[in-house]
Amino acid sequence: MNTDLTRASAAELADALASKSISSVEVTQAHLDRIAAVDGQVHAYLHVDAEGALATARAIDERRAAGESLPTLAGVPIAVKDVMTTKGLPTTCGSRMLEGWIPPYDATVVRHIKAAGMPILGKTNMDEFAMGSSTEHSAYGPSRNPWDLERIPGGSGGGSSAVIASFQAPLATGTDTGGSIRQPAAVTGTVGTKPTYGGVSRYGLVALASSLDQAGPCARTVLDTALLHEVMGGHDPLDSTSIDAPVPPVVEAARRADVAGMRIGVVKELGGEGYQPGVRARFDEAVALLVERGAEVVEVSCPNFDYALAAYYLILPSEASSNLAKFDAMRYGMRVLPEGIDAPTAEQVMAATRDAGFGDEVKRRIILGTYALSSGYYDAYYGSAQKVRTLIAQDFARAYEKVDVLVSPTAPTTAFKLGDKLDDPMAMYLNDIATIPANLAGVPGMSVPSGVADEDGLPTGIQILAPATKDERLYSVGAALEQALLERWGAPILSRAPELGADLVKGA
Amino acid sequence: MAVTSAADRVLDYDEAVAKFDPVMGLEVHVELHTATKMFCGCPTTFGAEPNSQVCPVCLGLPGALPVVNEKAVESAVRIGLALNCEIAEWCRFARKNYFYPDMPKNFQTSQYDEPIAFNGYLDVEVEDGSGGTEIFRVEIERAHMEEDTGKSLHVGGSTGRIHGAEYSLVDYNRAGIPLIEIVTKPIVGAGERAPEVAKAYVSALRDLLRALDVSDVKMEQGSMRCDANVSLRVRAGDDPRGDAQLAVPFGTRTETKNVNSLRSVERAVRYEMSRQAAILDEGGTILQETRHWHEDTGMTTSGRVKSDADDYRYFPEPDLVPVAPTRETVDELRGTLPEPPGLRRKRLQSEWGFSDLEMRDVVNARAVELIEETVAAGAGAAAAKKWWLGEPSRRANAEGQDLVSYAAGLGFAPAHVAELDRLVTSGRLNDSMARQVLDGVLAGEGTPTEVADARGLELVQDDSALEAAVDRVIDANPDIAEKIRGGKVQAAGALIGQVMKEMKGQADAGKVRALILARLS
Repeated sequence: MNTDLTRASAAELADALASKSISSVEVTQAHLDRIAAVDGQVHAYLHVDAEGALATARAIDERRAAGESLPTLAGVPIAVKDVMTTKGLPTTCGSRMLEGWIPPYDATVVRHIKAAGMPILGKTNMDEFAMGSSTEHSAYGPSRNPWDLERIPGGSGGGSSAVIASFQAPLATGTDTGGSIRQPAAVTGTVGTKPTYGGVSRYGLVALASSLDQAGPCARTVLDTALLHEVMGGHDPLDSTSIDAPVPPVVEAARRADVAGMRIGVVKELGGEGYQPGVRARFDEAVALLVERGAEVVEVSCPNFDYALAAYYLILPSEASSNLAKFDAMRYGMRVLPEGIDAPTAEQVMAATRDAGFGDEVKRRIILGTYALSSGYYDAYYGSAQKVRTLIAQDFARAYEKVDVLVSPTAPTTAFKLGDKLDDPMAMYLNDIATIPANLAGVPGMSVPSGVADEDGLPTGIQILAPATKDERLYSVGAALEQALLERWGAPILSRAPELGADLVKGA
Repeated sequence: MAVTSAADRVLDYDEAVAKFDPVMGLEVHVELHTATKMFCGCPTTFGAEPNSQVCPVCLGLPGALPVVNEKAVESAVRIGLALNCEIAEWCRFARKNYFYPDMPKNFQTSQYDEPIAFNGYLDVEVEDGSGGTEIFRVEIERAHMEEDTGKSLHVGGSTGRIHGAEYSLVDYNRAGIPLIEIVTKPIVGAGERAPEVAKAYVSALRDLLRALDVSDVKMEQGSMRCDANVSLRVRAGDDPRGDAQLAVPFGTRTETKNVNSLRSVERAVRYEMSRQAAILDEGGTILQETRHWHEDTGMTTSGRVKSDADDYRYFPEPDLVPVAPTRETVDELRGTLPEPPGLRRKRLQSEWGFSDLEMRDVVNARAVELIEETVAAGAGAAAAKKWWLGEPSRRANAEGQDLVSYAAGLGFAPAHVAELDRLVTSGRLNDSMARQVLDGVLAGEGTPTEVADARGLELVQDDSALEAAVDRVIDANPDIAEKIRGGKVQAAGALIGQVMKEMKGQADAGKVRALILARLS
């Protein structure tokens, strides 16, 4: 194992902890030191809970010393996306609206993490209420891509991807409504999975679009991702849409890394024009490597994917406009009194607060959704979008009759520069063109690094998609590809990323 | 400001119904008395400390998710079946979006175009105008599930309304209580009896829901609330159910909210008919609006102007999975339905041998169950009715309580009445002694036997004292005795009274009479 504890994988840390060659306090402190050293540059954390993390670490070390048998990841620290409620810890969703709000309860995912004995280092930055592909819509300023601090780390889960890529945590949680786990993973050279809809409880995730939201794991290796997937997943009676079945055998699949005999479909509609040459080149090579490992590759057409983005930007804003209605200053969060009114009514306070508390992108989507649901427009917009959704699910179903998994580039481009697309929502939305179909159909998807683009030296990602509840297939393919690439490169992709705050780290 | 202080002009009711034909639509909200709320595990106890029965779900905290209360779905299906509805094989919840401080999520989780129950009817009894009753069928459009909102308390205003209030407090204990909304189809053909039909419908619905044991149905506590939609159209022909009348298009309706007693339902419909008639009679038009009913003044005032463009942006609730009761479940629930209150009443009336009028008194006194239990405990139906509808009923009325809760509050049970009746039929007590015993029981002195013992109330069984008294009275009244001997038996009454007086009431009048006649035959 790497002597620098922050460079080690979660699996390595878990083994070392289990053999008592290191303590959780050491591992946790190493990450807190790393955060102190580099997060000033990356700005991936919105809140760091050093005290709480160390307290958990100490407790785990004591329990281990007492001979207790502990869960696999006990003592391995983790970062939690700020969209998940954490009892006693701030949860802002990247919004001014929830500044200062301390939830009185834990999200089910957070409960699982605590039950697994994992110290929570802090909460990670995100686009406000998970709306965006760059973290530039965070009310607390953007996070930066560790590969190039002038570039975006993806979004909405850019805080989590940046934390992983800059070794400020070995693991992080994410949520993926249209690509918010997978696209950040792709542009930072990390791994991220959006499980099958219903595979991980949504209880305690501040909802963006309820029918699309899905929480999932972020890590630097496929195995680590699987280990965290296993902790996060499982049936939750508090979430009616939760699947009542055990977590698919993702860890086993990641360890076996076997694609021999698997049929892999390349989605014709997700590639080609509009995709950066370096992204395409690395994708083609990755597919070739899978063939080398015994997979069979065919081209598959999903014609209705062309309408996915349009349908998504009707369904998401519709649900979001309703989900975000609760932020009204009456019970929690921000409260702004309207100017120039002596005794404002509740409605006036609501209006003033929502005006001040929400950023432009949030307002844009609330307005879009309110419009799409209005009587007289409902059938044309929300209704049609739901039909497209059904057609996309049928495309997937037909494709999976022929193949075991589908693949495509995760995002059309590598990380773009901060500010590049901020004033062009359509360009920003197009970043998720390849990831959105999975959310609309509820099927699982993963992004795995495929290399770096020749033209800019930035990471690229390949997306793997599987049928609903067959999440383990993502890990079979992802791990096989990861192994093949590691053999070719001789070192993990992140070893090619520039050092951050190197002097400070050495001094620590 | 829409609220008017001056009373609206109203047209005399007879004149109103001579010129216009009413169409009603009644929406009744019923709070189910499930142990927990519709979408979370919070208790539903009425009257608890404000905001003490809340959790992240019913407070609408960020991240919280609803889970359907299966018991509430079961109640909804049973209500649907009892209302002769079809039960949906598959239906969804929907979000009704609007902003209001007492609604934690700023949307109400309700049902929209896929109600759990639809297309039913409820037969209600109304007077037929010639002393009898007839059945009026009220058709049910739908019954759907939803959650209640919190409760706003406006402080500082004179009327308790938001206008003029200094500040408002919100109690979220009620937020998330399961509600069933039962909506009728337009009720046509009631004519001048529309207010009576409205009251009879709500009353029959209340009885039905009570028999189903799904709700407390206490209108005064808000566990059953009625909104009355009323519109008028011009009269066409003499028969409100005739083809000519039914062909006339509906007029513009108003929705009167806050109608919280049976009597108010009748009054509010009647008032609204008179008010609308006055406007239409002058050639005016009715404003489609929400109106508030005022119990004290017996009037409605204008609330919010409502239009069909009111846009709640309904869409299927994505946080919940569809509700799909299997046909087996529905059939099982059908098996749990109680005998419909109307049929049950008819059966009991015939078993008890009561006249229509007697039965109506019993129903109005809410004594059906009490009498049923008293009879079951061994009393005769007539005696049970006599005792329940006598003193206990009078006292309950005086206390402003219904008989059931009054008796329950005193611990006065059907078994007591049956025991009292036994004491009379066995000959231990006469009627006036039984009344004294009842007083004692109602005063909490114990069971009828205990009271009779304690007060020393017992008809004299030792005839020697009685015979001596009879002899004394006969001796003291030779003239009357002579008349009786002469065949004027009715003159015995005067002697009986005196004997009873001698015996201080502790004698059986029938026996006294027999003794006197025997002596003087």
